[in-house]
Amino acid sequence: MYELPLLTLVIWLPIIGGIVVLASGDRGSDISKWIALAFAILTFAISLGLWTGFDAGSGQMQFVERAAWIPTFNVEYYLGVDGISMPLIILTTFITIFVIIAGWDVITYKPSHYMAAFLIMEGVMVGVFSALDAILFYVFWEAMLIPMFIIIGVWGGPNRVYATIKFFLYTFFGSVFMLVALIYMYFQADSFSILDFHDLELGMTAQILIFVAFLLAFAVKVPMFPVHTWLPDAHVEAPTGGSVILAAIMLKIGGYGFLRFSMPITPDASASLDWLIIALSLIAVIYIGFVALVQQDMKKLIAYSSIAHMGFVTLGFFIVFTIIRNPELAGGAVMGIEGGMVQMISHGFISGALFLCVGVLYDRVHSREIADYGGVINTMPWFGAFVVFFAMANAGLPGTSGFVGEFMVILATFRADFWWAFLAAITLILAAAFTLWMVKRVIFGEVKNEKVAALQDLNRRETLNLGVLAAAVLALGIWPAPLMEVMHATVENLVAHVGECKLPASEAADCVLAVRASVAGLTGQP
Amino acid sequence: MPFDAANLFPILPEIAILVTASVVLVLDLYLKEKDKDINHTLTLIGLLVAIGLTGAVGGGEARILFDGNVVRDGLTDLLRGAILVVSLLAFVYARPWLKDRGLFVGEFYVLGLFAILGMLIMVSANSFLTVYLGLELQALSLYALVAFDRDSKKGAEAAMKYFVLGALGSGMLLYGVSMIYGATGSIEFGLVAQAVAEQGMDNKVLVFGVVFLVIGVGFKFGAVPFHMWVPDIYEGAPTPAVLLLGSAPKIAAFALAIRMLVDGLEAIQPDWQGMLLILAVLSMGLGNLVAIAQTNIKRMLAYSTIAHVGFIFLGLLAGTAQGYAAAMFYAIVYAVMSTGAFGILLILSRKGFDVENLDDLKGLNDRDSWYAAMMALVMFSMAGVPPTVGFMAKLLVLESVVRIDLVWLALVAVAFSIIGAFYYLRVVKVIYFDKPDPDMPVLITSGGVRFAMSLNGLSLLALGLFPATLLSWCQSVFV
Repeated sequence: MYELPLLTLVIWLPIIGGIVVLASGDRGSDISKWIALAFAILTFAISLGLWTGFDAGSGQMQFVERAAWIPTFNVEYYLGVDGISMPLIILTTFITIFVIIAGWDVITYKPSHYMAAFLIMEGVMVGVFSALDAILFYVFWEAMLIPMFIIIGVWGGPNRVYATIKFFLYTFFGSVFMLVALIYMYFQADSFSILDFHDLELGMTAQILIFVAFLLAFAVKVPMFPVHTWLPDAHVEAPTGGSVILAAIMLKIGGYGFLRFSMPITPDASASLDWLIIALSLIAVIYIGFVALVQQDMKKLIAYSSIAHMGFVTLGFFIVFTIIRNPELAGGAVMGIEGGMVQMISHGFISGALFLCVGVLYDRVHSREIADYGGVINTMPWFGAFVVFFAMANAGLPGTSGFVGEFMVILATFRADFWWAFLAAITLILAAAFTLWMVKRVIFGEVKNEKVAALQDLNRRETLNLGVLAAAVLALGIWPAPLMEVMHATVENLVAHVGECKLPASEAADCVLAVRASVAGLTGQP
Repeated sequence: MPFDAANLFPILPEIAILVTASVVLVLDLYLKEKDKDINHTLTLIGLLVAIGLTGAVGGGEARILFDGNVVRDGLTDLLRGAILVVSLLAFVYARPWLKDRGLFVGEFYVLGLFAILGMLIMVSANSFLTVYLGLELQALSLYALVAFDRDSKKGAEAAMKYFVLGALGSGMLLYGVSMIYGATGSIEFGLVAQAVAEQGMDNKVLVFGVVFLVIGVGFKFGAVPFHMWVPDIYEGAPTPAVLLLGSAPKIAAFALAIRMLVDGLEAIQPDWQGMLLILAVLSMGLGNLVAIAQTNIKRMLAYSTIAHVGFIFLGLLAGTAQGYAAAMFYAIVYAVMSTGAFGILLILSRKGFDVENLDDLKGLNDRDSWYAAMMALVMFSMAGVPPTVGFMAKLLVLESVVRIDLVWLALVAVAFSIIGAFYYLRVVKVIYFDKPDPDMPVLITSGGVRFAMSLNGLSLLALGLFPATLLSWCQSVFV
């Protein structure tokens, strides 16, 4: 039977859609917006095929497509998804629809270019999640910067140029060293396939250098302390849609990178440097939590809250090595990674929704300062309800998706070390403090000024956006099992893989991880 | 040896260019002012014919002609094609600019064609003397082109500088050639290579000669520390002349390096590798750092050229077939990118106004979003951001240096490319994020120019997405 190349479709359909939207131009009508929406919905519908056709029992790559791209260097057009990347792809196609809708009336300057940039962005991000060839991955990874650079720079706020150039250079800086690492591994593995990299035997020095190169790339993207400073700038200056994509998806690409590259390719280096990542994650959780507390600007506050939440993700991933080193704790490893994954998906919904909420206010009042608001609930009751709900989810209220991931990560951390878990759990207080305090100042209280008094409640478009996202947050919070099921087999595979020493026989004495059962196992998948 | 007419067949492209140049030269005397377009048309036809002939006589075994002075091989075919195509675009872009300034005269075309002829001779040279002849024919024509706007003081100054420093470079090169002749007793690459392989590095005269050759190559490429002429020429010369001397001559300079250093002196590759390494690191460093400080876009592009030359040298110094192919890919791609960049500057210029400063590009997106997109493609490609071909070119040269275990060099290169990204981004910023001055006139360009620029810009994207064909051509040259 002929199978549709689903991944290729999900990558290229929105990109083609973007070109069509560009060609349709801005001649006074809404035609370009409708085309954009149609492509976004169609892409989402097709991407659901990845979910329904996914074999959750298998931890292997599925929907694999493989063709030669640059034959002389073994570079391939090699796509595939597993339980880690598939949910992230669906998240991408899902969120893009809301970004398109959110920009509907708000963007007046060249709306067709705006819509096209987001569609192209969507395709490229799906490409990042589904590429199994290192060069293909790198091409998508960097190509992502171009539309985002333009989006922030053209449709952003007053300080947009500084923010967008900072964003571009930070990310570019992080990734070029990864490129050198990838080329280095090509000469070791004689292939650019990421799965071949996973099976590659590497000495400790090489592993540490490669780990550092990856860390630069992914830490900037996540972003981790201390390379997070681009994010508040970019978030504040980006248009609403740009902030949503940044927070909901681009940050996840950093986390995904750790799971796809750092941990399986350099497990020994990861195991010996996990204290570094854990320390940086805890700093992100606590210190950035305090920083969020004092923000005057709503978008900045949510940006810092994103950094703190992503700290949880990296904590959940790297706590695994402590657990693996103590065989009696083995069960917690899978939970740590799954918790991090759930946290990523959930944060995608919640932060996206929160940025949309700020966008709703900004479109009406043209201010993001907390001090300019107060008593919004009196004039916008529906909006107030949504904000309170998403704020609760952001603070990790049980019953919302924000709780599930944090809870799992904290549980896993408890198995590893009580004090780490204690520090991580401080976030439950901090997140509640900074989000709810913001809600108190913005939403509740007396109507502060005539601008607030003149506010109109949500229109249908905004209600639809926030309503669907609220449903998603609730669904994932009450019943996360379907998401866990698709990723479970993959995560188990991953934990088994990162638990094995990859050092060559000559350095076997340095193995902190279990030595592989047999040398034959080195050849890879059974 | 008796003259063999069959020798003429493989050099038909050169003959076509020579014939075109001569016809334009004579015909121009009889053309009225309003008929000068005929020069343009004839030149384009001549170039197209030469491209066709390159394809027709290309392929197959390498042939050595004219008593060992000329060669036609894979390298010749590919580089000839690249030079001709790039020059064709350059002439298309130049026409409106020349017309606006009353400089639309036959001499521009004659000089341009002779420069191209010089480059073609360089790529098909098989002896030091032929290479030198081609180089001088190209250089003399370009000196004159730089001074082409004879009322411009800056142009005259630039031409003078170019001439003096160019002559110095040629002198170094010739001096080196004479040493090598003294050491090996031949000027034909094949015989030199044999002699060098026998003598090795013990012969001090030979080593001395190689040093001077590398200096000469450095001058012609504009590599640091022999780069002083580049920014001043780019700034002072009329933009069409910069277009002609900033694009295709890089391909010819690549041919110069390959013919002399690889065809002639590959046996002592470790020696020139060290020299090229220093030139490469200095060029990437100084080019990228100083470019940041420029507000004049032509000067900025000049320093960017210097930085790109550093990258081309990375491939050359690797001393492997992969490395040469990567450098060749880079040189061709660079020529296409630089044609695009200067082409945009020409398009934006109009009567009485030349684009000189970065600010002159302000708000291009609002004036014409298609050209803005093309310029953005060129800039992203120069910065090496995928999916443009500039990334592929950088990837290939990095690959070739990692292959010879110079990982630190690859790290240095990528570090400088981050610095480089900044000033290319600044151009994109000016185009997209700044608003145009309200009194900017509407951009009017002919369909031909628009077509050429679209071809130029989109080729960067297409080659970036599908680099395999061009790459396999480049690699097939060096097996």
